[in-house]
Amino acid sequence: MSDATLVKPAPFRSATEEAPAARWTLIAVAFAGLAILVFAPLIAVFVEALADGLMASLQSLASADARDAIRLTLIIAAISVPLNAIFGIAAAWFITKFDFRGKAFLITLIDLPFSISPVVAGLCIVLMFGANSALGGWLVAQGYPIVFAMPGIILATMLVTFPFVARELIPVMIEQGRAEEEAALTLGAGGWRVFWTVTLPNIRWALMYGVLLCNARAMGEFGAVAVVSGKIRGQTATMPTTIEMLYQEYLSVAAFSLAAVLALLALVTLLLKTALEIRHADQLAAKHSH
Amino acid sequence: MHIEIDEISKSFGTTAALHPVSLSLPSGALVALLGPSGSGKTTLLRILGGLEYPTSGRVLFDGQDATGLTVQERRAGFVFQSYALFRHMTVFENIAYGLRARPRAVRPTTAEIARRVTKLLELIQLPDIGARYPSQLSGGQRQRVALARALAIEPRMLLLDEPFGALDAKVRKELRQGLRDIHDTTGLTTVFVTHDQEEAMELADLVVVMSMGRIEQIGKPQDIRSRPATPFVREFISA
Repeated sequence: MSDATLVKPAPFRSATEEAPAARWTLIAVAFAGLAILVFAPLIAVFVEALADGLMASLQSLASADARDAIRLTLIIAAISVPLNAIFGIAAAWFITKFDFRGKAFLITLIDLPFSISPVVAGLCIVLMFGANSALGGWLVAQGYPIVFAMPGIILATMLVTFPFVARELIPVMIEQGRAEEEAALTLGAGGWRVFWTVTLPNIRWALMYGVLLCNARAMGEFGAVAVVSGKIRGQTATMPTTIEMLYQEYLSVAAFSLAAVLALLALVTLLLKTALEIRHADQLAAKHSH
Repeated sequence: MHIEIDEISKSFGTTAALHPVSLSLPSGALVALLGPSGSGKTTLLRILGGLEYPTSGRVLFDGQDATGLTVQERRAGFVFQSYALFRHMTVFENIAYGLRARPRAVRPTTAEIARRVTKLLELIQLPDIGARYPSQLSGGQRQRVALARALAIEPRMLLLDEPFGALDAKVRKELRQGLRDIHDTTGLTTVFVTHDQEEAMELADLVVVMSMGRIEQIGKPQDIRSRPATPFVREFISA
C-alpha cells in the first residue's frame, strides 16, 4: 500500500491506446498512404489541366465534344439518380417493414452490383438489349435502340449505382423499427400519408446521403458505360469516356481539364456529405453499427 | 364499448402465439392482460387494435363483427411500449396528427384542432410542453403525450402495451393513478398489457392471466388472489 504511493504514476493511457511510438508510426503510414494514393493524383490532375494556363484549359472545356460530354453526364445523373432513389426507398421499405421468406437473399441481391465488375454489368445489358438479341432487335426495328444510345447508358448507370440508396436506408430503417408507422396507422392515417409524414421525414438525411453517393458514382461511372455506349462523340460519350478518348489522343490538357471538372463535382459531393455527417451524425449513426 | 373475443387464435409460421381464446370485456372496464413474456398478451392486444389479423376466430365490438375492420377503421387509441412518438414533430403536432389525418369532410378546423390539443395537454397535466420535441421530454412525460395522442382521435377503446414498462418505480406509481383517472373521466373500455402482477392487481377491474398463448384465469383482482384457478396463476401472482 505505502509502496504504491512511492511509484510515480504513469501518464494516463486507456487500455485500447497504443504506445506513443506505435501511434505516431501508424498515423504517419496512414498519411503517407493518403498522400500517395489520393492527394498526389488529385493535385496532378489539376496541375496537368492547368499546364498550358487557365485559358487553354477553359477553351478545351468550351469545345463541342467537352460540352456535349458534360451535358450528357448531367442528364444521365439527373435521370438515373432520382429513379434509383425511388427504387432504393421502395426496396428498403419492402425489406424493413415486411417479414417474408428469402429476405437475406434479396439483400444480397441488392449488393450484387457492388461485387460485379462494371464491364460485366455492361456486357449483360449488351447481351440483353443488343441488336443481336431478340428483344434488342425488335426494339431497334421499332426505332428505340437501347445499346449505343441514351437508354443503355441510363440502364448501365442505374445497374451499377443501384445499391447506394437502399444500402444507406436499410440499416437506418431497421433501427427505427415499425412502431411510429404503426402508431400513425392507429391514428387513422392511410399508407401514403404514413409514408410522407412519418417514414420519409425519419429517413431524410440518410436518403440525402445515399443520393449524394449514388450521384457521385453515376457521374463517374466508366466501365459499364464504356461497353454499352459505343462512345460516339457528341452523342453517347459521357465525361469519363470522353476523358479516356482525349487522353488516348494525347490531348492531355483537354483530358485533364475535363477530369478536373469531374474531380471538382466529386469534391463538392464529398463536402456536402461531410456537412451532412457533421450536422446529422445521430441519424446516420445507425448505418455504422452493421 | 363492449369487446367480445371469440375463439381467436394466431400463429406465426409454425409457432402458435395464441391458442383459441375467448374473452368478454364489459363496456367501460379497465382490463389488464397479465402474463410473462411470450404469453401472447401483446399479440392479443395487437389483434384488438387491428395491427395483426387473427389466424382464426372473431372480434366483436358491441356485438358487431369487427374482425375484418382495418386498423384505421377500428379507431382504437393505441399506446405503444416505447410510445412511438413521432420524433420529428413537436408534442402539439404529435397530438394533432390523428385529427389532421381525417378525411377533409370530417377534419376539424385549424382552430378547433388547436383547442382540442390544448384541452388534451391540460388533461395530461402538461399544458406547457406543446412546442417541445419528444427527445426533450422525460419518460413519464412521453407516456402521457402518447396517451393524449391516442385520445385525440376520440377512440372507441384504449389499448396500452406495457404502458409503464419503461419508467422508474416512482413515476410508475404516479402514472398508474393518472391512467386510472383518465379511464374514469373518459369511460373508455381500456385494455393494458403488463407482466407486473402488482400493477395489474392494483389498477385493473378485471385481470386476464395468460401463459403460453392460453388464458389461465379471468377475474377480479381479489378473486384471482383468493382463488387462483391453476398452479401457474398461484405461482405467478405470488412472485
